[in-house]
Amino acid sequence: MTQPQREAKRLMKGNEAVAEAAIRAGCRTYFGYPITPQNELAAYMSKRMPQVDGVFVQAESETGAINMVYGAAAAGARVLTSSSSPGVALKAEGISYLAAADLPSVIINIQRGGPGLGTIQPSQGDYFMSTKAPGHGDFKCLVYAPSTVQEMADMVGDAFEKADEYLMPAIILSDGLLGQMMEPVALPPIKDPADCPQHDWALTGTRGKRAPQEVNSLRLYPEQLEATNNERYAMYDRIKAKEQQAEMYRTDDADIIVVAYGASARTAKSAVDLARDAGVRAGMVRPLLVWPFPDDALDSLITGGTAKGFLTVEMSMGQMVEDVQLLVNGRLPIDSFNRTGGLVPEPKAIAERIEKLYKQTAEGGN
Amino acid sequence: MTGHTPSANEKAIFTRTKGLTDTAFTYCAGCMHGIVHRLVAESLEELDVLGKTIGIAPVGCSVTATNFFNCDMLQASHGRAAAAATGVKRVNPDNIVFSYQGDGDLAAIGTAESVHAAARGEHITVIFINNAIYGMTGGQMAPTTMPGQITQTSPYGRIIAQDGYPLRVVEMLATLDGVAYAERVTVDTPKNIRTAKRAIRKAFEYQRDKVGYTIIEVLCTCPTNWGLNPLESADWMRENMFPYYPLGVYRDVKAEGYANIVDAAAALLEEQTAAEAERQAAEAAKEAAKVAAKGGGE
Repeated sequence: MTQPQREAKRLMKGNEAVAEAAIRAGCRTYFGYPITPQNELAAYMSKRMPQVDGVFVQAESETGAINMVYGAAAAGARVLTSSSSPGVALKAEGISYLAAADLPSVIINIQRGGPGLGTIQPSQGDYFMSTKAPGHGDFKCLVYAPSTVQEMADMVGDAFEKADEYLMPAIILSDGLLGQMMEPVALPPIKDPADCPQHDWALTGTRGKRAPQEVNSLRLYPEQLEATNNERYAMYDRIKAKEQQAEMYRTDDADIIVVAYGASARTAKSAVDLARDAGVRAGMVRPLLVWPFPDDALDSLITGGTAKGFLTVEMSMGQMVEDVQLLVNGRLPIDSFNRTGGLVPEPKAIAERIEKLYKQTAEGGN
Repeated sequence: MTGHTPSANEKAIFTRTKGLTDTAFTYCAGCMHGIVHRLVAESLEELDVLGKTIGIAPVGCSVTATNFFNCDMLQASHGRAAAAATGVKRVNPDNIVFSYQGDGDLAAIGTAESVHAAARGEHITVIFINNAIYGMTGGQMAPTTMPGQITQTSPYGRIIAQDGYPLRVVEMLATLDGVAYAERVTVDTPKNIRTAKRAIRKAFEYQRDKVGYTIIEVLCTCPTNWGLNPLESADWMRENMFPYYPLGVYRDVKAEGYANIVDAAAALLEEQTAAEAERQAAEAAKEAAKVAAKGGGE
């Protein structure tokens, strides 16, 4: 990730830091709807947007909000919406249309536990929804996975830039823990909205200077839709080749590789240190984006690396583990450590599982 | 489709509006979309705002409107045109933004978006085509389907006990402070077409002048899904729809003497506040009289 020029650190909630960072990234258009645990974000926007001549609308629903995003994006605006899990599910329709119409936009998900009304406590239960099926049909979103308040602030700017570069929606997959916690954060520099990419396809009226144009997701002819899908998936392949990002922590000589992202990576990192203290060479791969998934980083630890087994740590019943399974493809054992309901995996418990997996791999003669 | 070019001794007295593309309409025979399209296009041309207009065409037969209007067009998902229009308009408030929506779109799946765009007083113009049926999907019961009307999903006719009552959309929206202008028109006769044109043009003028939210409901036929020929369809509409959906102006803040929705809403609140103060004073006086009567009895 590019390291922007930093200001002095200040103590901020994740929900507020990400909102301020979005404005600093040139975003002047926000549509939202109340839901816990992301309310500070919309509240912050309602206060700040009028101060910067921006647009803030509290929509009638999440569906309304995402379709306002669709209209604003079609008009060429750098546009943001935010919600939490059940609300993001409601946005699925609009996200599919955004992808189908090649419209850039950023959607922040401050995840809470599900299914159903579930809980307002933090969760990572929307991994599947974000990476596999953010809406109907064949498409992907860029999915950023911050694990600190600082990363929430940094990644929203990256998300806007990449959404504009690839003309697709990007999701910030955060959770109630990161949204609610306060941490020191150095906010990114202020970008003038006039310096954001101007799109010639934007619907601003012809002004008598060009032919009328349209933004449309309708592809009625089979060959036409298939060609569009093929083109979009060729772009996804380029993104997979270029945009994978992961933090590698103590992996150089590691036998056991922990894979964790976001909030659960915070305690997983401590668990790696605990396991090292107990004499097990452990390391961690932390995806910074979960789509595209850092296949190459994981693969490098198997092919020509020292990995003997993988342990995934998630605040879900085990969703990301399926991407690890696809990549590992039976070459090494995989275990998964899962907590739900808003419970955060504890370092000691994770460390015990690391040690257990290590013993199994040693016995298995791997 | 560009038609006949007049020679030296001929004079063009009527030409196709620049508000429409040269693409031939793909609507069914007898469908009134073509007439309404033309009225919208002519209005935009006459007001010289085609160059700053963005039209929104959501799901339904209206989705094909992207092919016919000669201005920027956005296709929206089913029911969400008012939300998408809000997004477009808020980003560039000087644009003219209109949505072109059918009854299923606006009055069933998009009711929340439609009501709240009106309540917010979004400076958009909604062209609402009410033909009492879902057209594109093959003739299912719509929120505006008439009692007893047979459709694909009301094979015994719309049964009120089961399906409830049809929605009167402009009447409902006209109660909202954000609405500057709401009129129901139709396009079955030359006279009615002229009235419809005046209404549509006025709605765009109000939008241009930032008076408030505007909606024109157009009663239309759907010969294909009604299973009637165009003339029979027009008769059926007059006989069945006109009594339930009376033509006319349901709200016009300028005709009521206000410059815009803000002034109209303030005047209404003032009136209501005075009425409420009067009611409370009367209640207090009644209460005082009661106490006095009681006190006198002791």
